Amino acid sequence: MNFEPRIVGFCCNWCSYRGADLAGTARMKCSPNVRIIRVMCSGRVEPTFVVKAFELGADGVLVLGCHPGDCHYSEGNYKTMRRIPLLKKMLSQMGIEKERVRLDWVSASEGDRFVSIVDDMTAKVRALGPFKNNSKEAKHG
Amino acid sequence: MAKLKLALYWASSCGGCEIAQLQIGDKILKLAEVADIVFWPVAIDVKYKDVEAMPEKSIDVCLFNGAVRTSEQEHMAKMLREKSKVMIAYGACAYGGGIPGLGNMFNRELIFERAYLETPSTDNKDKILPQTKYKVPEGELTLPEFYDTVKTLGQTVDVDYTIPGCPPEARTTWLALEALIEGKLPPKGTVISHNAKAVCDDCPRKRDVKKVKKFYRTFEIIPEPEICLLEQGLLCAGIATRGGCEAPCPQANMPCTGCYGPVDGVIDQGAHFLSAVSSVIDSNDPDEIQRIIDGIRDPVGTFYRYSLPDSLLRRARIK
Repeated sequence: MNFEPRIVGFCCNWCSYRGADLAGTARMKCSPNVRIIRVMCSGRVEPTFVVKAFELGADGVLVLGCHPGDCHYSEGNYKTMRRIPLLKKMLSQMGIEKERVRLDWVSASEGDRFVSIVDDMTAKVRALGPFKNNSKEAKHG
Repeated sequence: MAKLKLALYWASSCGGCEIAQLQIGDKILKLAEVADIVFWPVAIDVKYKDVEAMPEKSIDVCLFNGAVRTSEQEHMAKMLREKSKVMIAYGACAYGGGIPGLGNMFNRELIFERAYLETPSTDNKDKILPQTKYKVPEGELTLPEFYDTVKTLGQTVDVDYTIPGCPPEARTTWLALEALIEGKLPPKGTVISHNAKAVCDDCPRKRDVKKVKKFYRTFEIIPEPEICLLEQGLLCAGIATRGGCEAPCPQANMPCTGCYGPVDGVIDQGAHFLSAVSSVIDSNDPDEIQRIIDGIRDPVGTFYRYSLPDSLLRRARIK
């Protein structure tokens, strides 16, 4: 059976979500594996959101924000830029591969960039295989 | 009024909680006036079979410390739950898994290998590992099963209240015991502590702008005694930890390690602490950010020191 990864994508309202929208209205072909959750800013994405996504069975988490310097709230994406690398370091210690979490920047005009990031992430997570949910396993001794 | 019946038990813990229970000092006499201790393995000679013979709900309060790591501990947790009207998770191990909970970075196989084969002081030529059953001429010997994963008390049985801390401060213990004695119990599920806000609220250090270019381990610097430790680059968990302890660690120039667990409303203390720490990093350059992060040697051990089994992921994935 072919494994189709389920990826949660947090997109900021001002750039990345509009980039995704542009990809859609321009009818670009894109892997259907990313479930987008719109947040006001990539800085809104608490580490708990990412961990919770894995707990609930996501195979990967994609966080997209405005390019550095372009944040609608001046510096929300800089906070994300500091937070996600530390989270990735912690998650890799927990046995979660670094490729399962990705932080990138997509502007409102970059529909093609959105598509290439989604396709690339989907391919990488597909190669890794399903994320076995350790928390459920842990419930039984 | 009939005396309260009190049971105390230890599971996967270090024994520090027993010391903490005695730290209430002469108040223990007041406790003895109103309560009889019916089970306390560390101090009185009551056997498991005696507890088994007690009727259901005949114990008024059980203070259970320690995480659940073995089948024996799980059995005792379930039995004491059955016999007790009120079950209290006492201390960080029963609450969030505590230090033994960091065993969830490994599994049984890896822990046995390390403990019984690899350690330099171990002399085990025949590579004997603990077995749950072993036949000897006199009969069969048994040992409890050692689980792959450490669980909290709350993941094992229904818990009514929690007294946090590693070990709980005497004032916290007494706050709970007083409520019990006076029959003024808070709503079920309450984590009993003097302060529902973070440790920072208890901490007398001066707080200003938090901008950190380098994180230090405690032995690397002698911190300035009056300024917030996090501002000085020490990974102080006070910002993500329930207060009520009166911040003894920061006042002794040591960063808080998070033993009182998360503040109300937080479901994952480690992720919360991680978020706070990353927000003080003072850089907009990805390479420099990475360098600063590299100074945090053991993120899981730092952020989830007392709460790994209680976290959303509960344990590390072992390949």
